[in-house]
Amino acid sequence: MKRAGVFRGLLLSFSLGFWVSLGLLPGVAQAESKPIVVASKNFGESYLLAEMLSQLLEANGQKVERRFGLGGTLVCYEALTNGEIDVYVEYSGTVGQAILKQPGSLSMDALNEQLQPLGLELLDSIGFNNTYAIAIKQALALERGLDTVSKLASNSDLRIAFSLEFLNREDGWPGLKRAYGFTGQPTGIEHGLAYQAIDQGSIDITDAYSTDGDLERYQLVTLLDDKRYFPEYVAAPLVRQGIDAKTRQTLNLLAGMIDDDTMRRLNGEVVVQNRTFAEVANSYLFTVGLLTKETDQSSVIWDRLVKNTITHLQLTSIALLLGCLFGLAIGVLVYRSPGVSRVMVYLAGLMQTIPSIALLALMIPLFGIGFVPAIIALFLYSILPILRNTITALLTIDPLLKRVADAIGLTPRQQLRYVLLPLALPNILAGIKTAAVISIGTATLAAFIGAGGLGEPIVTGLALNDSNLILQGALPAAGLAIMVELLFELLERVLVKPHMLKGVLPD
Amino acid sequence: MVIPDLQLTIQADLTTAIVGESGSGKSTLLQLINGLVVPDTGSVLIDGVLLDYANLTRVRRQMGYAVQGAGLFPHMTIYDNVTLMARLESWSSDRIEQRYQYLFDLLDLDQDFADRFPNSLSGGQQQRVSLCRAMMLNPPLLLLDEPFSALDPITRRGIHEEFTRLQAAESRTIVLVTHDIAEAAKLAQQLVILKEGNIVQQGTLQMVAANPADEYVANLMRLQGVSS
Repeated sequence: MKRAGVFRGLLLSFSLGFWVSLGLLPGVAQAESKPIVVASKNFGESYLLAEMLSQLLEANGQKVERRFGLGGTLVCYEALTNGEIDVYVEYSGTVGQAILKQPGSLSMDALNEQLQPLGLELLDSIGFNNTYAIAIKQALALERGLDTVSKLASNSDLRIAFSLEFLNREDGWPGLKRAYGFTGQPTGIEHGLAYQAIDQGSIDITDAYSTDGDLERYQLVTLLDDKRYFPEYVAAPLVRQGIDAKTRQTLNLLAGMIDDDTMRRLNGEVVVQNRTFAEVANSYLFTVGLLTKETDQSSVIWDRLVKNTITHLQLTSIALLLGCLFGLAIGVLVYRSPGVSRVMVYLAGLMQTIPSIALLALMIPLFGIGFVPAIIALFLYSILPILRNTITALLTIDPLLKRVADAIGLTPRQQLRYVLLPLALPNILAGIKTAAVISIGTATLAAFIGAGGLGEPIVTGLALNDSNLILQGALPAAGLAIMVELLFELLERVLVKPHMLKGVLPD
Repeated sequence: MVIPDLQLTIQADLTTAIVGESGSGKSTLLQLINGLVVPDTGSVLIDGVLLDYANLTRVRRQMGYAVQGAGLFPHMTIYDNVTLMARLESWSSDRIEQRYQYLFDLLDLDQDFADRFPNSLSGGQQQRVSLCRAMMLNPPLLLLDEPFSALDPITRRGIHEEFTRLQAAESRTIVLVTHDIAEAAKLAQQLVILKEGNIVQQGTLQMVAANPADEYVANLMRLQGVSS
């Protein structure tokens, strides 16, 4: 009878984990005051502004949940409309083109008029305009007396190299060429390399974003867009209509506070001086008097690591639990039929071949962003190893033992419980272990759709090219994977008699 | 194995040996009795009642089953292997313990085996345990599919003795499938000789030995050194 309790015990410990995880879920545990969810896109400026808004809200006594580093405009927009996030900083040009599909620059009022039916609203502009800009070495600009794009158009001997995106976007080079009457054809260059190229003097001119912190680092200046060709990308918090007055007031504290130069300098502090967003945001807000005290941000890193690790464990444990339930159930249901088994393993394998980032992206239109779609994606990933091992394990049981189990009068259910599943257990456990390790790795990508976890510092680090930050996510994730591996070895030792481990398929 | 046309009555309270070469259909015949094989046509009657295919688990608990290779469940201890069905039948622990002790003594098994796993026992010991398992619920019918065939001659002789003791201790109907006519002669009262799915001859050993039905049976008796 001792052995019979094994599966019940396994199930119990899993479901226990499940409820514990649920208890730790944001929103369940903190139901007494719903936090304001502040999001950002996955580039530095967006992080920095989101961090400023968060600190302002916190200084005004509101609870904030940070969902930084969401993968692009579409993700943020979806998340905002279905209430998964409450605010993020968007640019007027992006609202016009990506959300409203309107060409050309629209004023804030015009944009808000059109956002009205969507239930969204742009708050007051923060001040700066982060649009395309033409960058040139400061010394060269002085030497040639260049300060406007018009003057550049008549200096045909300068070597121009533009990023591939800029070369091909309709609001980039093709339009610029027509607007200013450029004659030459610039070469294409990877944006990340352009600054170095210009620094080493192999090119003279490239495209940039007007508030790019790297402009400071390489002592570049931007030329005035004197024909006002580039669309405006004025930054402002984007929210759903009907946010409460207190929140609106707090978010509008930033209105008009940051001009192009300031934004460029603040961005530079992050990329050039390697300071954290939290530090830069905090010291700026303190300097301009929006915060009354400077807070020590070093404890925040530790807090965030703990929070990210917990979120990561929630993501993987819930997904794994579902994967176990479905993988085992489907395996047990279909293993008798070789045809159906093959189809199921094939389908699960097909799921596995979808690149994880694509699978996560596919979740957005179906389930929005955040925790739920991430869990569904991880669950789909974890099914294959569990299902495949369950089916293989059940199929490879000695036919003599199956015949005996039948012949001595065990019901089909008793055969499963007392004979088949215990015999398959070592292989099934190996499958669950594989699924767990895969889940922990894949869950780092869930940060792209706003599920948080240890992927958050990785995504941020990638956006900033900051390997320190990447390691803050990657190392704990690797540690978790090793711990899970050890945990399953322990579980195996407890649940499976040593002599039953012989002949376990390698996973 | 196809058995085209066959009629066989097994006598109660006796041991009937079904003898034949491999491929003669003897295992299939045995598995017809406990419903592991379902006949396309024809029927199986137990005590004059049609085999109830809708309630096979109940039927099978009335039929002990032991096979070549023992087929003990490797993840269960010897005690759990033997007593599994009794526990599922909700026997009291006293009753289980009593029956277990009785069978272990009868088959000359070591009491220390209880907590060990099958892989730590010899082939002969495993086969004795498998007989215990088959006998645990004290079934009126015992089906044995070449249980002694894979054992070495010395072990086999020993287990034959225990089997004879078992027959004497509790009277029951036993169907023993074997390819070894000497074993059949030693353990069974009735012989059924099977060839290519057909019964060539049946009767007591004396009858068969005295009057072999054909050359095949005569050869079989002679080759295995069986004589009345």
